[in-house]
Amino acid sequence: MTDRPLKVLIAKPGLDGHDRGAKVLARGLRDEGFEVVYTGLRQTPEMVATAALQEDVDVVGLSILSGAHMTLVPRVTKLLREEGLDDVLVVVGGIIPDDDADELRAAGVAGIFGPGTTIAEVADFLRTSARPRA
Amino acid sequence: MAAQGVPATAVSAHDPAVRAGELTEAAVGGDRRALARLLTAVENRTPVAEAALRTLYPMAGRAHLVGITGPPGAGKSTLVAALIAELRARGRSVGVVAVDPSSPITGGALLGDRVRMQAYASDRDVFIRSMAARGHAGGLASTSAAAAAVLDACGFDLVFLETVGTGQSEVEVAAAADTTVVLEAPEMGDEVQAIKAGLLEVADIVVVNKGDRPGAQRTASQLRAMLVAVARVGVADRRHHGRVAAAPDLEPGPEPADASAPDARPRPKQPEVLVTTATTGEGVPGLLASLDRHRAAGRDGGATSAARLARAEAQVWAILADRTRAELDADGRRAGTQAILRAVADHELDPFTAVDRLLASLRG
Repeated sequence: MTDRPLKVLIAKPGLDGHDRGAKVLARGLRDEGFEVVYTGLRQTPEMVATAALQEDVDVVGLSILSGAHMTLVPRVTKLLREEGLDDVLVVVGGIIPDDDADELRAAGVAGIFGPGTTIAEVADFLRTSARPRA
Repeated sequence: MAAQGVPATAVSAHDPAVRAGELTEAAVGGDRRALARLLTAVENRTPVAEAALRTLYPMAGRAHLVGITGPPGAGKSTLVAALIAELRARGRSVGVVAVDPSSPITGGALLGDRVRMQAYASDRDVFIRSMAARGHAGGLASTSAAAAAVLDACGFDLVFLETVGTGQSEVEVAAAADTTVVLEAPEMGDEVQAIKAGLLEVADIVVVNKGDRPGAQRTASQLRAMLVAVARVGVADRRHHGRVAAAPDLEPGPEPADASAPDARPRPKQPEVLVTTATTGEGVPGLLASLDRHRAAGRDGGATSAARLARAEAQVWAILADRTRAELDADGRRAGTQAILRAVADHELDPFTAVDRLLASLRG
């Protein structure tokens, strides 16, 4: 089936306890027709990579509000590469200063979404950028 | 954009059988990524999946398949997580297929069962896979049993099939599992709920979860009383119809020999009723012991083999229906099939005669 839903992992690595945004996005992507795996708060990079591998997702979305993105995101992308998941699209949402964006892109992040991004924008980006698995 | 490396297991073999062979060999050899890819193929019902399942099915049949079902919020995922902890403490490997509903409007789904099962990220002997039901109405996805068979073939000792939050009649899991656990929360209903037809009838084990809540023990007592009564009525009813009266399968040990006779349909059960508190682990070792007892009791041709026969039937009939439909929709027959369907739509032909003609066209 070519019209099967894209599968997206929404994860919140790190220690901040603010998951309202991640939940709103997870629910919004559900309404956009995605199959969203939501894993909850306080994920280690290892948990994120394991979930991405076992679920065979097309997209990993990381929500980080704590400011720890420069530590956490490169660790996640490195683990994904080590697991052979280089073809999984990685996007980041949260409070990400512009100065950090280039470095995150260099670490393998395809899209960065700050406050004010609409769900439709995220959904369109994922549809055009992610490659569905066979 | 992420680097576009070509992973070793993603060689672009266009022949599904070749690709299936690669994935199957890797997955059975312990490659978890290949296993994940196989499960995706199964879920999407691709030609790769069919080729892989032909190879894997004979290797499956060793795992204990345990269905976990019950209403939304009863604690199914939390209980599975608690059971995983017990099983890992005993060195047993665990696969999980956790199903959540798909939106009937958009086809999207929110798969949230992993939230409760995060403790095993670096444990290679725990593999958890979420599935969207994708419009299938029985509490599982149409491909959940095949996904469980893949995990079984890859050597997991025990495979949980966790259903969507169920109402009263989503009993499909009983055919997909060797042992079916029905969860109830305390104070979910009076004794009349326990004697209604449906979910409780297919339970091998009934668990009242949230045992730390008031009323848990009373709920368990009520369920025990009513389920005993149901089981006796069931046995008497069977005698009345001249069938074999099966003993309640509470006791471990060999089943009556005739339980595996051709007439051994799912028979009235007298399930154990247990109380657990999944969040603390209270009662969970007892539940695991009960699961093991049920498996041991069923091995010699009792309830488990009846469940396996039901599973075989469900799988074979489903594939037969798919194949029949595909044959009737194949190039040489499509026009004729469509004409017959239109005639039914226009009430020029009744559906029974339509099927007579379709079957005749397949034979011809």
